[in-house]
Amino acid sequence: MSDDITKKDKNMKMGNKRRSKRKFKNNMELLVLTLPAVIFYLIFMYTPMFGLVIAFKDYKAPKGILGSAWCGLKNFEFFFGSQDAFRISRNTVGFALLFIAINLITGIVVALLLYEVKSQRALKFYQTTMLLPRFLSWVIVGFITYTLLSPSMGILNKIIELFGGEGVDWYTQIKAWPFILVITNTWKVLGLNCIMYYAALMGVDKALYEAASIDGANRFKQILHVSLPSVKPLAIVLTLLAFGNIFRGDFGLFYIIPRDIGLLYPVTDVIDTYVYRGLRTGSLSTTAAVGLFQSIVGFVMIMSMNAIVRKVEPDSALY
Amino acid sequence: MIKKRKKVDYRVFIDIYFIITSLLFLIPFLIVVSASFTGEKELVTKGFSVIPSKIDFTAYKYAFSNSQEIIRAYIVTITQAFVGTFISVLVMALCAYPLSRKDFAYRKVISFLVFFTMLFNGGLVPTYLLNYKYLHLGNTMWIYILPTMCNAFHIIILRTFFQGLPISLVESAKIDGASELRIFFKLILPLSKPVLATVSLLTLLAKWNDWYTSLIYITDDKLYTLQFLLKRILNEAEFLRQMATEAPPGIDLTAIQNAPAESLKFAMCIIAAGPMLLIFPFFQKHFAKGMTVGAVKG
Repeated sequence: MSDDITKKDKNMKMGNKRRSKRKFKNNMELLVLTLPAVIFYLIFMYTPMFGLVIAFKDYKAPKGILGSAWCGLKNFEFFFGSQDAFRISRNTVGFALLFIAINLITGIVVALLLYEVKSQRALKFYQTTMLLPRFLSWVIVGFITYTLLSPSMGILNKIIELFGGEGVDWYTQIKAWPFILVITNTWKVLGLNCIMYYAALMGVDKALYEAASIDGANRFKQILHVSLPSVKPLAIVLTLLAFGNIFRGDFGLFYIIPRDIGLLYPVTDVIDTYVYRGLRTGSLSTTAAVGLFQSIVGFVMIMSMNAIVRKVEPDSALY
Repeated sequence: MIKKRKKVDYRVFIDIYFIITSLLFLIPFLIVVSASFTGEKELVTKGFSVIPSKIDFTAYKYAFSNSQEIIRAYIVTITQAFVGTFISVLVMALCAYPLSRKDFAYRKVISFLVFFTMLFNGGLVPTYLLNYKYLHLGNTMWIYILPTMCNAFHIIILRTFFQGLPISLVESAKIDGASELRIFFKLILPLSKPVLATVSLLTLLAKWNDWYTSLIYITDDKLYTLQFLLKRILNEAEFLRQMATEAPPGIDLTAIQNAPAESLKFAMCIIAAGPMLLIFPFFQKHFAKGMTVGAVKG
């Protein structure tokens, strides 16, 4: 009896083996094509994930990652016990939320306005100028903000002085920086954002507008009932992705534009700049703990946002 | 009649709005251009302006006469940008093609392997330790090419495009006995020029504008990218003074003592950003298209 079962088992195993062997043979060529990328992902993306164990260790460079002693949650306690934890979390999330709202509104509104422009040449010109900052690195944008904000030579102070006011040293004005960063970021990303929404609007069947107009809908109502619903899927996806990155700050924006001035950290320091400074000062374990915290929150955010969208708008869910 | 006039009115407002917006996007850039053409003295005493009162090429002359550092950075930037883009796009396309094939048995596993990295990653510190301490990529050209080789977002763009190609072509080629590798290079790639252009441009732009890699991994100033060189001189007057003292003998010393520190910074800005600004507006169509596909089909 038992012999029978083992025999059958063996046969099945053999069958499975043969099947998987055949499967492997049939797919081998395609599998080989993916191999360079797969090796890349295993080495450069997945190995660092295991490296995260140093967040739970007291990392000492000479001992290496594996040789360093375990220290439990000490690194996390150290970070959450410090004043930095609240400050950098608030700055990161606060700016991210502001950017989400502003990018959503400006992107759609400017795209709707672009849609009204009928001259092809004007359209091309407006799109190109708005896209210009997308081609510049943050370093160059940093030079541009410097020409505007420089205390002695800056354009902004010149304008203020022209109207009889007194020049301001912008690089020491903490209160001004949230506005400066929001404006700079909007300036950089608006072009691409509105062109994406514009492309979605171009995909709308013109007959829908005609039908709406026959039904007596004016331009405003057409926008409300035809244009807006047609950009909704894109708006959801873009906002969803942005929410997934809510715990991530654009390093270039927050590092280059305020010129890494310590005085401004209370409003310009985000997790990414904090982690970079941690790496530089060599407190690797604590910094890795912050990084792990960031990755986990980001992961939870995108999973839960996707779950919400899947309930409300199943077609727009990411997966 | 009245209705027609009303219609014209609101279009005019929209045009006025866009002209103002365009100026807001152009003027900051014009200030940089103008600063690079302004004499040092005028720049320091009168500050920045949109249009220089007198065009002065001193800063550019300086940049090109003391150019060793700049030329080296140019070579590093061009090499890593073009070689890196070529390798990246090839590897990503090679991976995206099997993922677009419904009959590929390991499609799900590999898709997960690739796309999971969009949701979770190890973060800066473990990545740094791996690349610098264990793989010894710091201060080599490989650091610009290897760790950023694949981008899941770009693989999605490529995969989506490949999915739109007629599968019957592949099937008939297979019946003729063509290998998958041959099908990929002889059939799929030639049909995919638009999407390859889009992804190449996105990758090239990111690599050209890269200063972050140099910031983290490069201490050898022979391997700086242009953008990082620029970042360093954003605050460094020292750097410029050093450049002035290294001046070749043909230039007389009085000029060296009056090195155009401020205007030189902006001339370098134009030198670094120029090539991309000249090329990219012609390809903006590709950008919008690629980003939309990636965002919607993600």
